[in-house]
Amino acid sequence: MKPLLEVEGLDVFLGGSHVLKGVSFAVAEGGVTALLGRNGVGKTTTLRAIMGLSERRGRVSLDGAELARERTDRIVRRGVGYVPEDRDIFATLTVEENLRLAERNGSARYDLVYDLFPELRERGGQRAGTLSGGQQQMLAISRALLNENRLLLIDEPTKGLAPLLVTEVAKALEKAAEIATVLLVEQNLGVVRRIADQVVVLDVGRVVHAGPAKTFLDDPQLIHRYLGVSGAE
Amino acid sequence: MSTWVLLTITGLGLGAMYFLIASGLSLIYGLMGVLNFAHGAFITVGAYASWYAQGKLDGIGSIPLRFLAAALVGLAVGGAIAILTELVLIRPLYQRHIEQVLVTVGLGLALTALVAGIWTQTQQVYLTPMWLTETTSVFGASIPNDRFVEIGAAVVVLVGILAFFRFTRYGLIVRAGVENRAMVMALGIDVRKAFTLVFLLGGLAAALAGILSGVYYGGIDPARGTHLLIYAFIVVVIGGLGSIVGSAAAAVIVGLMQQYANYYASSGVGDIAVVLLLAAVLLVRPGGLSGAVAAH
Repeated sequence: MKPLLEVEGLDVFLGGSHVLKGVSFAVAEGGVTALLGRNGVGKTTTLRAIMGLSERRGRVSLDGAELARERTDRIVRRGVGYVPEDRDIFATLTVEENLRLAERNGSARYDLVYDLFPELRERGGQRAGTLSGGQQQMLAISRALLNENRLLLIDEPTKGLAPLLVTEVAKALEKAAEIATVLLVEQNLGVVRRIADQVVVLDVGRVVHAGPAKTFLDDPQLIHRYLGVSGAE
Repeated sequence: MSTWVLLTITGLGLGAMYFLIASGLSLIYGLMGVLNFAHGAFITVGAYASWYAQGKLDGIGSIPLRFLAAALVGLAVGGAIAILTELVLIRPLYQRHIEQVLVTVGLGLALTALVAGIWTQTQQVYLTPMWLTETTSVFGASIPNDRFVEIGAAVVVLVGILAFFRFTRYGLIVRAGVENRAMVMALGIDVRKAFTLVFLLGGLAAALAGILSGVYYGGIDPARGTHLLIYAFIVVVIGGLGSIVGSAAAAVIVGLMQQYANYYASSGVGDIAVVLLLAAVLLVRPGGLSGAVAAH
C-alpha cells in the first residue's frame, strides 16, 4: 500500500545534541502506527520535526507532497492534526474558545467531538486552565478531531491519566483511527496493543525496528531490548 | 482640593498617553517576543506627519476639521510605518531576538535623526482647535480640555482592544498567541498575519499618542517619541508584559505618581519615584501587576 507519510533521513539537532540521526520510516494510510521507544530516544522530537516545530533536515512527505520546507500552519492545512505531549491547551481561553480557534474551514465536526466527550459541551464556558488533566487531554484531542484531517500525530495522550480516563482516551483514539491515519507516541503498551496496527521503534535517535504491532508486542525479548520493560500490560 | 483635582486629571491625561504607547508595545512583546525600540519613532513620525499635513491642508478653513483631517493622515502614516517595519525588518528576523532588538533600535535612531534632519530639533507649534486649549472648571480646578480628550481616547482604545480580543477571530488568535505561539501555528493558523495586525494596531495607537502629545505639550519635537517611550516601557513592565489591562492600570499609576511627586515633593522627583516603583515591582512581583508573563 502506498504510504501516506514518508520520513527519510530526518536529522534534528537540539542545543548541540544530535537527537534524531537519519530517522526513516513510512506510515501507511489508515489505522494506527505507534512510535515506541524509551524515554528520551526522540519520539516527541520526531513528531515535532514532522510538524515543522523543530529545525530539521531530511525528507518528510505527505501523500507524495514534500513537507520538509513547509511552515507548520501550512502542514496543518494539508490535513495534519497534532496533539502535543503536554496538551498545550490555551489555559486562559475557555473550552469553547479553544475549539473555535481550532476551526479551519467552517465544517467543524462539533457533533463528533461532543459525542466523544460530552463533558466539553457542558464546560464550554469554563477556562481551559481550570480543567482536570483528563479534561485537558480531551480538549487537546478534540482540537485535532474537529477538522477533517488525513493524518493525526498524537503524543502520549494517556500520560499521567487515571486508568478510567485511559480507557476513555483509548476509545477516542479508536474513533480517531476510523476517520484518519494516526501516528501515535504512547508508553502504555496496553493501549498500543489495543489500537495499533504497526509499530516503529526508536533507540537513541534511530529507527531500530518497524513492522506489525502484534509481532513486536508478542515478542518479550524485543520489548525488553528496545523498551526496557517486561511486556506485561 | 482644586490642586488635587488638577493634578489627578492631568496625571490621568499623561497616563492616557503612556497607555496608548504601552498598549502597542505590550501586544507586540506579548505575541511576538519583540521588544520594539522603534515604537518611539512611530510616535514621532505620526506626530510629524499630522503636523506636516496641517500645513498642507490649509484649504480646510475650519481649524477643528483641519486638525481631524491631519490627525487621520498622522494615524495613516504611523500605521503604514508600523506595517512596513514588521514586514521588511522584523519578519525576516523571526526567532532572532537580539537582531530584532538591534534593528528596532537602529530604526528608532534613524527615523528620529531623519525627522530632526528635515525639520530641525526645534519644537514645532501644533495647530490645535481653540476648545482644546481652553479650560473647564471641575470642583474649582481649571482643567485644560485636552486632558479629557486624551483620557477619552485612551478609554476608547482600551475598550476597542478588549472588544477586539473578545469578539473577533484575530483577537482570539492574538490572545492564544500570547500564551503559546507555536501551538497557534500547530492549529493551522498563519500567525504572521496576526503579527502584522498587532504591529498596525501598535503603530496606530503610538501615532495617536504622538498627535495628542502635540496638543498636551503645545508642540512636537523629534525627541518626543524617545522620551515617551521610556515611560511606556516602564508602564509595560509594571503592568505585566502582554497584559493590556495591566498596562492600563500601570499607566494610570505612573501618570498620577509623576504628577503628585513633582508637585508635593519637588520638580523632578516624579521621574525618580516612577523608577523606584519599577524597581519595587520587579523585586516583589516580577511578572508585573497582572502577574502575566508572556510565553517567551
